[in-house]
Amino acid sequence: MSLIFDRRTLLVGATATLAGCDRLARNEGVREALFSAENFHKWAQRSLMTRDAMAREFRPDQISPIFRSNGTANPNTPEYRALWRTGFADWRLKITGLVDRPLSLSLAQLRSLPHREQITRHDCVEGWSAIGKWRGVPLALILDAARMNSRARYILFHCADFMGDGRPYYESIDLIDAFHPQTVLAFALNDRPLTVANGAPLRLRVERHLGYKHAKYLMEIKAVDSLSGIGEGKGGYWEDRAGYDWYAGI
Amino acid sequence: MAGPSPHVAPPTPIVLRHRWPVRLWHWLNAILLYVLFTSGLGIFNAHPRLYWGQYGANFDHAWLELERFGGWITLPGHYDLAMSRHWHLAAAPLFAFALLAYMLWALMKGHIARDLAFRREDLAPRHILRDILDHARLRFPTGEAALRYNVLQKASYIAVIFVALPLLILTGLTMSPGMNAAWPWLVDLFGGRQSARSIHFIMAFALATFFLVHIVMVLLAGPINELRSMITGRYRLPRERP
Repeated sequence: MSLIFDRRTLLVGATATLAGCDRLARNEGVREALFSAENFHKWAQRSLMTRDAMAREFRPDQISPIFRSNGTANPNTPEYRALWRTGFADWRLKITGLVDRPLSLSLAQLRSLPHREQITRHDCVEGWSAIGKWRGVPLALILDAARMNSRARYILFHCADFMGDGRPYYESIDLIDAFHPQTVLAFALNDRPLTVANGAPLRLRVERHLGYKHAKYLMEIKAVDSLSGIGEGKGGYWEDRAGYDWYAGI
Repeated sequence: MAGPSPHVAPPTPIVLRHRWPVRLWHWLNAILLYVLFTSGLGIFNAHPRLYWGQYGANFDHAWLELERFGGWITLPGHYDLAMSRHWHLAAAPLFAFALLAYMLWALMKGHIARDLAFRREDLAPRHILRDILDHARLRFPTGEAALRYNVLQKASYIAVIFVALPLLILTGLTMSPGMNAAWPWLVDLFGGRQSARSIHFIMAFALATFFLVHIVMVLLAGPINELRSMITGRYRLPRERP
């Protein structure tokens, strides 16, 4: 019995089995099957919830004492530093792509538009959560103002930061999430202008998704009909680089 | 020389012990829970801290803080959060729907009422005490009695099937921001997302403990007979003690 069950044998057995799983996961068919689970989860969740099902909103006393940042804490490019030095006075958000009226909006213009406040929980894919109060302009308002074309299927977000490897950060969502009432372009967190670590001057809040979808340092929003040909075609920086799920509601 | 040797007793009968849905579910679980546990540890490694309540990040009070689990027990064998999640999220729905199917089958076919539900005599304090003592002395039931689950077995199987596994599935669902919007009551039931994450972790380790005890019991009770009964369903009754 000790032969079957000693710790060493158990370890060797576990390692061999797991190594087998690793080898399996290099097989293209197995990989595809594993990755396609995302589609099942997306289908199941979208079947269970209405289009406008709201992410939980919290009370002010439930806000996290510190809202930690993740990913890029400062884009630190010459362009970004120049924008930051003037308090983002020269920064413009461009709305382009499949729209009839491309826009270029200043921070002051965004702040003067009707806005929404929401106290929501931010869930990082890593497992931590933080609750913060966001103020921003509903994305739907901007897309309507730009007269989005009916051929548009996805909304792309181009950012000012390059994650370590020099590739520009970008993200994308579909129209169900783009027109969701809680999807806002946030310029304030906990009643103060967004800090650089949390995405100044403007970040996406796409509640009902994990943190990596909430693109920081927004520079350009683009309506497109397909994600192919953009980056590596998987819809976002982490999706391209690390194989994260594009549908991050899971 | 006529007649059997006095030292060789006639073989005891072989009976059909486990029906195919039980056997299928058992081995499916063996694979899926292995994948879920090891990929779950890979996911946990991304933030090896646990909290109670609605939120929790590095600056908040963690009730548990661990080092990362080693590559020998995580899937994949190196840190890769995306791949761990792909394994976990592919196995999880199969596991959940298999439990649901098993529960429906067991309920309809009377497996729960016949084999798992406590009987009045099971719960007599003297009976429970004797069962504990029998386990402590590693005295396993023989003859026909070996076909019935004893009270500790029933209690642990009921705890696993009706408490640990459903809790794992339900707390797992609350890890998803999409599910939180669809079923907000579920995350409330567990007192917040970080509490649910803690319960998910605790249940995973409770189940791993059950797994280890389960294996030890199989080895002690006669691994070949027990394994055969879980593969083919056929089980040789243990000889009555003289």
